[in-house]
Amino acid sequence: MAGEKLLLLGDEAIAQGALDAGLSGMYAYPGTPSTEIMEYIQSAPFAIDKKIHRTWSANEKTSMEAALGMSYAGKRALVAMKHVGLNVAADAFVNSSITGVNGGLVVVAADDPSMHSSQNEQDSRFYGKFSLLPILEPSNQQEAYDMTYLGFELSERYKLPVLLRITTRLAHSRAGVQRREVKNENEVSLPKNPTQFVLLPGIARKQYKDLLNKQNDLKAEAEHSPFNKYFDGQDKSKGIIACGLAYNYLIENFEDGKVPYPVLKACQYPLPKNMIHKMFSECKEVLVLEDGAPMIEELLKGYLEKENVKGRLSGALPRDGELNPNLVAVALGLKDEHGLPIPEIMKNRPPAMCQGCGHIDAYNALNEALIDYGTGRVFSDIGCYTLGALPPYNAINSCVDMGASITMAKGAADAGLIPAVAVIGDSTFTHSGITGLLDAVNDKSPITIIISDNFTTGMTGGQHSPALGKIEDICAGVGVEKEHLRIFTPLKKNHDEMVKIMKEELAYNGVSVIIPRRQCIQTMKNKELAEELKALGLK
Amino acid sequence: MKTDIVLAGVGGQGILSIAATIGTAALMNGLHMKQSEVHGMSQRGGDVQSHMRVSSKEIASDLIPKGAAHLILSVEPLESLRYLPWLHKDGWLVTSSTPYVNITNYPEIEDILKEIKKIKNHIIIDAETIAEQVGTKRASNMVMLGAASPFIDIPFEAFENGIRKIFGRKGDDVVDINLAALRAGREFSGRNR
Ligand SMILES: Cc1ncc(C[n+]2csc(CCOP(=O)(O)OP(=O)(O)O)c2C)c(N)n1
Repeated sequence: MAGEKLLLLGDEAIAQGALDAGLSGMYAYPGTPSTEIMEYIQSAPFAIDKKIHRTWSANEKTSMEAALGMSYAGKRALVAMKHVGLNVAADAFVNSSITGVNGGLVVVAADDPSMHSSQNEQDSRFYGKFSLLPILEPSNQQEAYDMTYLGFELSERYKLPVLLRITTRLAHSRAGVQRREVKNENEVSLPKNPTQFVLLPGIARKQYKDLLNKQNDLKAEAEHSPFNKYFDGQDKSKGIIACGLAYNYLIENFEDGKVPYPVLKACQYPLPKNMIHKMFSECKEVLVLEDGAPMIEELLKGYLEKENVKGRLSGALPRDGELNPNLVAVALGLKDEHGLPIPEIMKNRPPAMCQGCGHIDAYNALNEALIDYGTGRVFSDIGCYTLGALPPYNAINSCVDMGASITMAKGAADAGLIPAVAVIGDSTFTHSGITGLLDAVNDKSPITIIISDNFTTGMTGGQHSPALGKIEDICAGVGVEKEHLRIFTPLKKNHDEMVKIMKEELAYNGVSVIIPRRQCIQTMKNKELAEELKALGLK
Repeated sequence: MKTDIVLAGVGGQGILSIAATIGTAALMNGLHMKQSEVHGMSQRGGDVQSHMRVSSKEIASDLIPKGAAHLILSVEPLESLRYLPWLHKDGWLVTSSTPYVNITNYPEIEDILKEIKKIKNHIIIDAETIAEQVGTKRASNMVMLGAASPFIDIPFEAFENGIRKIFGRKGDDVVDINLAALRAGREFSGRNR
């Protein structure tokens, strides 16, 4: 209902904005901090009623491509992923800037500065710039809603995908959001130009020129965007460019939000050139606040550093990590207040695998089975089982990107580290493990792959695993020999049997797949899953 | 009015149910609010915190600046100390006395309590026992909220109405137990501040 006010997480505001903008389908693979966008749509009665596409994809690339297909067919599609997911989807994403879109397409990349739940803190705005696409970066929940809603219009007006960049703090913070009028979905319609999506060199060259030609219009668009605002200030000793969420930390530092300096609130890229010119012409120095990499700071400073620009590169702000009101206070030369120090007795409380988790039993067996071979040969992957790197298990030696366990084990075995072991989860296996398995099978690599199957995508909160009920068939189909495909239930009472099986397979001079299989205890109350497991004969 | 609250605990202890009750109470009073939560990795038994800001004026930052929190509300004693840099010099620290031990090097509880008692304004409450007395241990988070309620600039009835709204679906018994827990926590603070 238009005008209705809801209390929403930034993620939920994006989902609601998309639903109200006439969304026909959302495609995603879970990843903190983006997961709640899809979860909101999956549980929204409106989306269920309208049969809006809302099931999880196998990975970010398949989501991006499916959404592009929906856009080809004229409908509005939303894709969401965590920042590193955009690396996986990058081939499709970058090329979608050359194809352009038919129905509106909004791509959400959720960045994680300070790496609260991630392997790195890459800034997705670079992908937008790299692909020459418009980027929207909301500073609050209302803007997250509005930008998604208007993002579909922007996308259809320029026939380009729009990148919506958020960070963990906004994704997982709640505030009131005012809704707009609900729009109808588009009808199915083919692209007017039948070769628009055919990126043969001859066509791509022409379309790339079209994309380049749109850049000036996109810059002009940013000048009039409701999301970019220039606020005048009396004190011209500095001007401040505040991108996205950083704007709030700036405002927080002044009584009643009255900043004495000229401020450019910059939330739509490419940035508005005239506004930036104005700031440089009237201010002695320019401070750039970005909750991510110093992308704009570097751009404005220039390689020859002729402009007086401050920010993360100049040392006014730390080079890495999430911004906060205190860091911005320091950059502004204001007093940095603190409460009391943390007492010395404080201890860290790192995340850990749950008591009763099947991964624990698998690791206990693996550690014992490996004693004769020595440590340093277990390549793992991303999921709850990555916590096996911590004491008391100390069971794994790598965690790089989804799928890298199998392929790194293969490379190490090729180098002579034999046997090499891979540990991967069920969801990660179908996300990016299958192709690596094919390489290993084709080379008959001496590796032992443990697919620790808990019937769910656990780390991100227990979402449906695309691998459910399919793993051994996939492995067999890829060419793993039946005798070396071993399945058991990871329980304390089966410890000796598990160790025996693992030792046998470690000794095999080829590809073995071992599947310790037991349901994630966090999903025990999930009725839908229980029914599915029953139907598959897994429970 | 304006109250900035750091909610603290360990992943799985349900601090977000406290946040939801405060948020509902704030909205029912027409106040602005922002509440930053922790999802993801730390929910697996790690330390979790939520910044909860309630104000009659618009709120800029989702994060509370250091030294500005009017209240630290912790459902675990060690965790209450983790956020001291955020506490305003006149702010209150309200914490449960029941340790959640899931690390091997957890400090002696006496040492933790000694540190808490150094804070000028503090309340240490055995919320679990009080919750058990009113009906169920599970209501201990509402005991905690009750104990902290005098330091949140929202009328007490609003919290009661918040509980009615949030737990209403689960039936009158659940509402009544949570209301009793809230009031018991409030009384404890009244006697011990
Ligand atoms: C490219 C990419 N996408 C998503 C994520 C987020 N992510 C981290 S762990 C994980 C779940 C893995 O599930 P599974 O392999 O089944 O292991 P489990 O956590 O259940 O043990 C996901 C989706 C990521 N780190 N990288």
